Amino acid sequence: MSGADAKATAEKTTLAETQVVDLRTAIRQALTEEMLRDERVYVMGEEVAEYNGAYKVTKGMLDQFGPKRIIDTPITESGFAGLAIGSAMAGLRPVVEFMSWNFSFVAFDQIISNASKMHYMTGGMFQVPIVFRGPNGAGPRVSSQHSHSVEALYAHFPGLIVTSVCTPYDAKGILKTAIRSNNPVCFLENEMLYGFEQEIPTAEYLIPFGQADIKRPGDDCTIVAIGRCVHRALEAAEQLASEGIQCEIIDPRTIKPLDIDTIVTSVRKTNRLVVVEECHTFGGVSAEITHLVQERAFDDLDAPIGRVTQMECPLPYAENLESESIPNPRRICEAVRQACYR
Amino acid sequence: MTVVPLAGPSSDVTPAQIRDEIGKDRLVAMYEQMLLIRRFEERCIQGARQKKIAGFLHLYIGQESIATGIFNHLDSATDYSVTSYRDHAQPLLLGVPARELMAELFGKVTGIVRGKGGSMHFFSKDKKFLGGHGIVGGQTPIGTGGAFACKYQNTGGVSVTFMGDGACGQGTFHESLNLASLWDLPAIYVIENNEYGMGTATARAISVEMIAESKAPGYNMDGYTMDGTCLYSCWKTAQTFVGKTRSESRPSLVEAKSVRFVGHSISDSQPYRSREAIASLRESRDCIAKVQADLIETDWASADDLDAIDAAVKQIVQDAWNYAEESPIPPVSDLMRHVFAEEDQL
Repeated sequence: MSGADAKATAEKTTLAETQVVDLRTAIRQALTEEMLRDERVYVMGEEVAEYNGAYKVTKGMLDQFGPKRIIDTPITESGFAGLAIGSAMAGLRPVVEFMSWNFSFVAFDQIISNASKMHYMTGGMFQVPIVFRGPNGAGPRVSSQHSHSVEALYAHFPGLIVTSVCTPYDAKGILKTAIRSNNPVCFLENEMLYGFEQEIPTAEYLIPFGQADIKRPGDDCTIVAIGRCVHRALEAAEQLASEGIQCEIIDPRTIKPLDIDTIVTSVRKTNRLVVVEECHTFGGVSAEITHLVQERAFDDLDAPIGRVTQMECPLPYAENLESESIPNPRRICEAVRQACYR
Repeated sequence: MTVVPLAGPSSDVTPAQIRDEIGKDRLVAMYEQMLLIRRFEERCIQGARQKKIAGFLHLYIGQESIATGIFNHLDSATDYSVTSYRDHAQPLLLGVPARELMAELFGKVTGIVRGKGGSMHFFSKDKKFLGGHGIVGGQTPIGTGGAFACKYQNTGGVSVTFMGDGACGQGTFHESLNLASLWDLPAIYVIENNEYGMGTATARAISVEMIAESKAPGYNMDGYTMDGTCLYSCWKTAQTFVGKTRSESRPSLVEAKSVRFVGHSISDSQPYRSREAIASLRESRDCIAKVQADLIETDWASADDLDAIDAAVKQIVQDAWNYAEESPIPPVSDLMRHVFAEEDQL
């Protein structure tokens, strides 16, 4: 994420001082800064305290904040997710870590029936300021039950904000916004990116919801990529550039609200679009983006919109099968070439 | 049936002793509260028949003494409460105006949640009532969260979660009890056993007969059983468990052995029990009739006094009905309002 992103970072802050951090550290900084800022913020989840986090995101936070605010839970997702929602209704601002978003399904009723509906169902009486966060998407070689990508699933329900980030800069800025939001936020991370490093500002900054980021500029084909797929799309773009196709890569960063304007502006320029995500094909986020783009830029399209998604099968264990099912640079290249009639 | 012996710390107290401890003024006040719930819901039945009230309508008729006995030990300045979809009694006991509740049932913009919830979703932020919830057992973690907030903010408050017997089979019930005990939360769980989870008799759904007393030890907490059709039993038992949970910050699990005189919801034709059985329940286990008889017997109230109370209560309900009828429906612009809360921290 070198050139364009570093430039974007420099533009986003007037302060020159920077630090190099990995993504897990960026998240920890966001949590720590917000907990120092607001006593109502607490962190709850499995292994977040004494174990220092299953992925070490919350490392050292128990020592800093104590067990009242960094809280280890039993393995009881529905119980602690619901408890946190109740405490948010009662004025607190919890950050709930799911060790993996796969485990959020155990708490699905609490997230959907309670968190997402509460403000509407009470006519605006009760807010649920809560962040659910944790790694999302396919882990390496963990098979079907540990490999769900939940963007489309949670974005389906009105009342939830859904974000999917892939860089330390975005993770920190958007998580800080999420914690200050008065709405329930599903903040999706990726296990494989926790060690990804980037130079980010030392000074405080926030990134608003609903602002896409152009991760690579280009004139020939727009690629909208989500979460970890941004990095695969960047890899594909290098290959495609060597073939004479310049891709513009857009990272929506927030799935809901979606910055469709930035996408449409790009498509008006390139006249071609490929959407890449780790959700399955049927009803995926790319289906929604495809619809919105044909609605707003039908006459600008020179080719059918391409979609590269996780295949319509549960994710298998075998390495060759897994890497074929997950959107990979080869499949992205093929989709872009097809959109460019090459 | 008179008063089932109380299990737990209050078991050696007689009904007359409890009545005397409550005293005349408080007993009359609680009678009035129970009667308001009864008359309000009788009017709800009428509203449903006249198609003024739509959707599901789960009534509390026969169970009024449970919430009344408990709420008389709570303080809405500090204490949270939450319940299932059978949620009309709690806000009435908390003093939420009956007109706002009836207007909600009529789907009017003046309703307590602006016509967006209906019968199953009454809420009151002012009174710390975390609502009526539609998924069986779904409210138990919410109530536990209320207790967590009381402890986190050191307010001295407690949180009371009401649920039906059917909720005791749900995972959220057990997860909540475990968390509340593990973390010393001031949480009270009240199982209102009205003998049926919709049409399924409790014995066909729950593996033990004394639910609270059987399950509480498994979560290292106190368990209580009270006669949910007897105000004295409920009030006295609540005095103990509310006091203990508040002073010790330890959870309590309570079963109120109760009955409902009506169906699970307004659409339940009750094929699982006979008309005679229901009539017999009304004859022998009506919590309001029992108090009424006692008020007369003790000379704490005359027949005229009781008539006056009934008239006053009916007036409140009539006023609520009129208000609901006259209130405007929500503007169509309300449809997309409140999906997201406004941001003021960003």
